[in-house]
Amino acid sequence: MADDPIIRLFHVHKHYGSKSALADISLTFGRGEFVFVTGPSGAGKSTLLKLLYLGTPASAGQILVDGMNLARIPRKRIPYLRRRFGIIFQDYKLIASRSVFYNIALVLEAAGERSALIGKKVRHMLRSVGLEKKADVLPPSLSGGEQQKVAVARAMVGGPQIILADEPTGSLDPDSAAIIIGLLEDFHARGGTVIVATHDREMIRRSRRRVIALQDGRLATPAAREAP
Amino acid sequence: MRALMRRTWLDLSSHKFLNLITVITVALSMLIVSAFLLFAANTGELLDSWRRGVRMMVYLQEGLDDARRRDLQQTLAKLPDISEVRYISKDKALQQLRRALPGQASIFATLRKNPLPDAFELRVAVGAASPQGLQEIATTIRSVPGVSDVEYGQQWLARFADVTRLLRMIGYTMGGLFLAAGIFIVANTVRLLLYSRRDEIDIMRLVGATERFIRMPFYLQGILQGALGGALGVTVLYLAYLYVAGGFRHAGLAGAFSPRFLSPAEIGALLLGSTLAGWLGCFLSLKQFSRLQENG
Repeated sequence: MADDPIIRLFHVHKHYGSKSALADISLTFGRGEFVFVTGPSGAGKSTLLKLLYLGTPASAGQILVDGMNLARIPRKRIPYLRRRFGIIFQDYKLIASRSVFYNIALVLEAAGERSALIGKKVRHMLRSVGLEKKADVLPPSLSGGEQQKVAVARAMVGGPQIILADEPTGSLDPDSAAIIIGLLEDFHARGGTVIVATHDREMIRRSRRRVIALQDGRLATPAAREAP
Repeated sequence: MRALMRRTWLDLSSHKFLNLITVITVALSMLIVSAFLLFAANTGELLDSWRRGVRMMVYLQEGLDDARRRDLQQTLAKLPDISEVRYISKDKALQQLRRALPGQASIFATLRKNPLPDAFELRVAVGAASPQGLQEIATTIRSVPGVSDVEYGQQWLARFADVTRLLRMIGYTMGGLFLAAGIFIVANTVRLLLYSRRDEIDIMRLVGATERFIRMPFYLQGILQGALGGALGVTVLYLAYLYVAGGFRHAGLAGAFSPRFLSPAEIGALLLGSTLAGWLGCFLSLKQFSRLQENG
């Protein structure tokens, strides 16, 4: 996998004011790889994911995403970088006042997709996460597991190369969590790259994927964990 | 485009009350602006129509012979800004006066001698009929030999012009202030909407929406609020105008002065102005919002 890297980090640092969140991170994610990023709360997992989609810029070091140097991307091009990602959050980040359909369609509308295709793609996505009957409801009326399914559908509908999931199962019961991981596995099976930040050891153990462990903003065991 | 319209409509309909209040407030601002514009247009017209009819009476010294009178007539006719010179002999003037005062025959009967002077009635060209212009012409004519006095309605015309000028200045100032108020109101509404939808905007950014995509519905809303407010303001003004103009007709003043409504060009300018005000209010809020987001 490392032969065809999709994301590379070189000596990346991130600090908020005087507080260091990440220090000297060098990493490679292969194209089509499924990787877990783990570590205790505050280890820097979320920050690492944020750096990849320029949710926040790195303080030092270089990050390459599919050959693009993030430090050199002009502000106006950031949306186009983000369209390569599908992002999933623990708190779902759905628009509460808009229907499930709208929440998913938003990605395609923002990308300038034709209206006729938007309906088709969104319905297909809703079917694949088993929510075709919930298209018109508002997210707050759904269960946590259902909301996260909507978030997964939204992350995948635009046909991204990479899915970033930040504690995607953190607030779900085991059954719902298994469904979400199953959806991510499907995406991976179709050739997509998946990076999941989690501190759920059981989930990591079961999936037998490469694990990147962070501790206090540093790679916990850099050399040993780098190989898949 | 259809998706953009749908998103704008969703935004508008989910904050109906706020949007309605904004449109009404913009309408009130535009009503005041357009009312002043209408007032200025009509007083201007009124002044012009009076000026077009400005006549000047030039009274001659007593005992001028015909030759000197004809010279004087030629001199006056050659003056710039005088479009007509008509001689009114004192006999003719007395006849006119008798006709004008039919019930006062006894007064005329006691007259042993015609007390009126010979006179020229001058018509002043429209371009020169400003209060200052009239005064200059009168001064020139007074210095012509053979002229005893010049009379025209300088006092009231000057005063009327001064008052309308003052009212117009107040109108423009008030109009400017209310236009600024309109911009401020739209800016405030958009700001409220932006803050209430902060999370939504963050989510849009996360899924790869460009700033243009995010801002477009806000701009459309601002423009719509401006345009609708302007249209509503002008409509209310038109209804008020119909009422007032009807009153003029009933009072029998229609012949003396018939008020006019704003011309299509003026209405167009007002609508454009209020639309621009909506856009500008939106622009200012979005600018402030993105600056806050960058810093925060």
